[in-house]
Amino acid sequence: MTVAQGVHRDLGLTDDEYESIRERLGRDPSFTELAMFSVMWSEHCSYKSSRVHLRKMPTEAPHVVLGPGEGAGIVEVAPGTLVAWKIESHNHPSFVEPFNGAATGVGGIVRDILSMGARPIALMDPLRFGPPTDPRNAYLVDGVVHGISSYGNSIGVPTVGGETIFEDCYAENPLVNVACLGFVEGPLMVGRAEGVGNKVILIGSSTGRDGIGGASVLASAEFDETAGEKRPSVQVGDPFTEKLLIEATLELIRTGLVVGVQDLGAGGISCPTAEMASKAGTGMRVDIDRVHRREPGMEPFEVMISESQERMMVVATPENVERVLDVAAKWHLDANLVGDVTSTRNLEVSSEGKVVADVPADALAEEAPAYERPYREPSWIAEVRDAPIGDDPPKDLEDAILTVLGSPNVAGKRWIWEQYDHMIFLGTLEGPGGDAAVIRLPDREHAVAISVDGPARYCYLDPYEGARLAVAEAARNVATVGARPLAITNCLNFGNPEKPGVMWQFAEATRGIADACTALGAPVTGGNVSFYNETSGRAIYPTPVIGMLGALDDLDDRVGMAFSGDGDSLVLLGATDPGDMGGSEFAKVIHGCVGGRPPRLDLTAEKALHSLLHRAATARLLSSAHDLSKGGLAIALIESSLRGNRGFSAELDDDHRILFSESPSRAVVSCPPASLRELRHFADELNVPFAEIGTVGGATLAFGPVEIALDDARRVFETGLAGLLSTSMS
Amino acid sequence: MSAQVSVIVFPGSNCEFDCERAFSLLGAEPHLVWHSETTLPHSDIVVLPGGFAHGDYLRTGALARFSPIMAAVSDHARRGGPTIGICNGFQILCEAGLLPGAMRKNTGLKFICKWVDLEVANAQTAFTSRTQPGQRLRVPINHFEGNWYCEDEELQRLRDGGQIVLRYADNPNGSRDDVACVSNAEGNVFGLMPHPERACEAMLGSEDGRLLLGSLLDAVEARRTVPA
Repeated sequence: MTVAQGVHRDLGLTDDEYESIRERLGRDPSFTELAMFSVMWSEHCSYKSSRVHLRKMPTEAPHVVLGPGEGAGIVEVAPGTLVAWKIESHNHPSFVEPFNGAATGVGGIVRDILSMGARPIALMDPLRFGPPTDPRNAYLVDGVVHGISSYGNSIGVPTVGGETIFEDCYAENPLVNVACLGFVEGPLMVGRAEGVGNKVILIGSSTGRDGIGGASVLASAEFDETAGEKRPSVQVGDPFTEKLLIEATLELIRTGLVVGVQDLGAGGISCPTAEMASKAGTGMRVDIDRVHRREPGMEPFEVMISESQERMMVVATPENVERVLDVAAKWHLDANLVGDVTSTRNLEVSSEGKVVADVPADALAEEAPAYERPYREPSWIAEVRDAPIGDDPPKDLEDAILTVLGSPNVAGKRWIWEQYDHMIFLGTLEGPGGDAAVIRLPDREHAVAISVDGPARYCYLDPYEGARLAVAEAARNVATVGARPLAITNCLNFGNPEKPGVMWQFAEATRGIADACTALGAPVTGGNVSFYNETSGRAIYPTPVIGMLGALDDLDDRVGMAFSGDGDSLVLLGATDPGDMGGSEFAKVIHGCVGGRPPRLDLTAEKALHSLLHRAATARLLSSAHDLSKGGLAIALIESSLRGNRGFSAELDDDHRILFSESPSRAVVSCPPASLRELRHFADELNVPFAEIGTVGGATLAFGPVEIALDDARRVFETGLAGLLSTSMS
Repeated sequence: MSAQVSVIVFPGSNCEFDCERAFSLLGAEPHLVWHSETTLPHSDIVVLPGGFAHGDYLRTGALARFSPIMAAVSDHARRGGPTIGICNGFQILCEAGLLPGAMRKNTGLKFICKWVDLEVANAQTAFTSRTQPGQRLRVPINHFEGNWYCEDEELQRLRDGGQIVLRYADNPNGSRDDVACVSNAEGNVFGLMPHPERACEAMLGSEDGRLLLGSLLDAVEARRTVPA
């Protein structure tokens, strides 16, 4: 096929990138080659705008077995016990087609985990939408939740938590991130096309025209009002095939029949062929006539970049090929021998006896361009910092507490998580609605804790501080349930990186993550960058979502957030600064303000709190522990009450800022009075501020200046979000 | 010898490992049987686990009843062998004609995963012998199509025959007569939407599932002591 002039631009490649391709090939690229470059060099696949910043993140620790660059990070959570942990985004597809966009987002991250030889055992979904009062947003929420539920439930992986945030900035660009935890059952696997002469086999769904150019068309460009026309670029999910693919792939790895495995996602067949060869320093010859297709008449380029779902590529020695095909057949999956590993270091693609592409694997993969995009602080930041903070007293304190409690970001998310199977695998010791999910590992007596957090409003006010706060909150959530924070995966959702203001937010946020991860001893094991989250030029808040992984050495060390003993003492750990109201839920909900600076974080104090929580948990001192975040002390106390169906009586100041300040590095815990002395002793030793603030019990939430009936609070908490959604959808 | 439990694995089943674990905890010996087999290994109990057999893109259970293993499952059931279908397994047993009634989508048209209270309607069955009449059991549900239905006459017959085994205390899905579990007329085949295998450990929230699965193990024991 001859290549028309300028066609590279239609494929999303710049003139400079086109020249660079010509230089590397020493000739004009064929159309198939150009299509392959366009997906592999897309922002989504190549990280070309983010790589220089991501390199600055800490990635090493003794417990980190594999860091960024693989299908998923691998962490040793106990001697000899490995888990995989990774987060991905499926933002644009979910806006275009919420059900399938979200469903295939689940499918994609599950295959990432699977490619490491790990069984996917838990999912978490950080979601962001525009205000639920708008019917369009309610439709998106309904579609996304249904998509996750339909896919995750069917493949039998529990969805154990997440977060759902509503802000105006996400109305035209919702965020659908998906994190997955995997348990490495047998040998660890990596995506390497090792061994010249080995065979390349494609397993799973047939390849069709769905999702042509998903990475370049959807994920690497801004949206405008024609977004609906991009619907054909969204893939359609088939969870049934995914479930079979999980079992077949794990069987292939367990029985030692394959030497390399990689999933197919963004970039289609181009991606695992180029990456597996590039990483192994080999080459690959692929005959795409052997790729099983969904429809006739597909062009070679379509076969190479189709993002049809539920496919895996494996590399096996020639003598094992038949057995690999047998395993696939047992699981009713199509599988075909599509190529060989060569020594050429080139990816050679042929169709109908003709070579349609022959390019260095490195050029597609490791040597994709990397840009030092210009960045500078946008001028509006100064205005936002000077804008009203929104910390004036409310007209009525009781009313303010209930209003914040019933606001969409704080109110209970039961309407969402009851649609997810959150129990399968019998490992969910703490499920949705808690600070972190606690997952017992299969046939092990220890557990991991996972949490996803992204306080984007703080990041909007100050991306560096906001990103540090995100890491701190995620780590605190994990510490609150009694675990040691070990490592993070991150999903960095930002606007258009070609805009210096957005790039500044990105640079600041990555710097913040790096600093916090270093201070808390939890390095980055991988993640995902999603740029171009803009529609018609309006960018989302900078939204780094942190997925924290922690380890619990003993199942009985875990601590829930529910008040569980009448007469227990109520203790606030950590210092409250009444000035930490910038970007708070109170400021937004009560005064409609987003201004000032985010709360100040001292990472030494944060780390001390984690040590204290861990020590108190292992000493079994605590009846409950709950992290303070959105809505501050007022909301944390109510949430522990509702969860435990027990009121409390506290002696608090009538300064509304004490109740609603969002100072970090705090937790509210309860313990039997007999444990109080030891807890205080630990707190003193670790230099954590300790304040006994009241007692657990009764059917009233008694703050001191205000008393609220437990049942009234429950009604507000449980109906806040569900009520808004059902009104909007009716 | 501990009870031999065959857990049938259809393509798309996903609760097979959980059933395996729960029966192991109770001292039985579970093993997985792939749907394309045509014979069962020696089986004291046959379990059809939850999941989405064959994807359930058609009507739930509609394809699974044609899986090769189902002939052997039917034989086992018709010979009086204890058989339970949990969730998708219940749907399959209805489609296979081994249990009365049919499934519709939940009245709320949403998937529901949550803990519910069940009430024992008949404590004289092989599945409930360890419980008391009216006893409340806490067991989770996890389904989109658990809205069980049958005609008036048949319902009366089931009631009269003691085939309504468990009812929901607070009906979550619209199921006729609040039915959560039914049996066949002979009392050896049971179908229920709730997942007893998820309620066998205190740290998961309830041990009430042990009463149900344990009753079945008692029944196996009783069958053994009766001379052939």
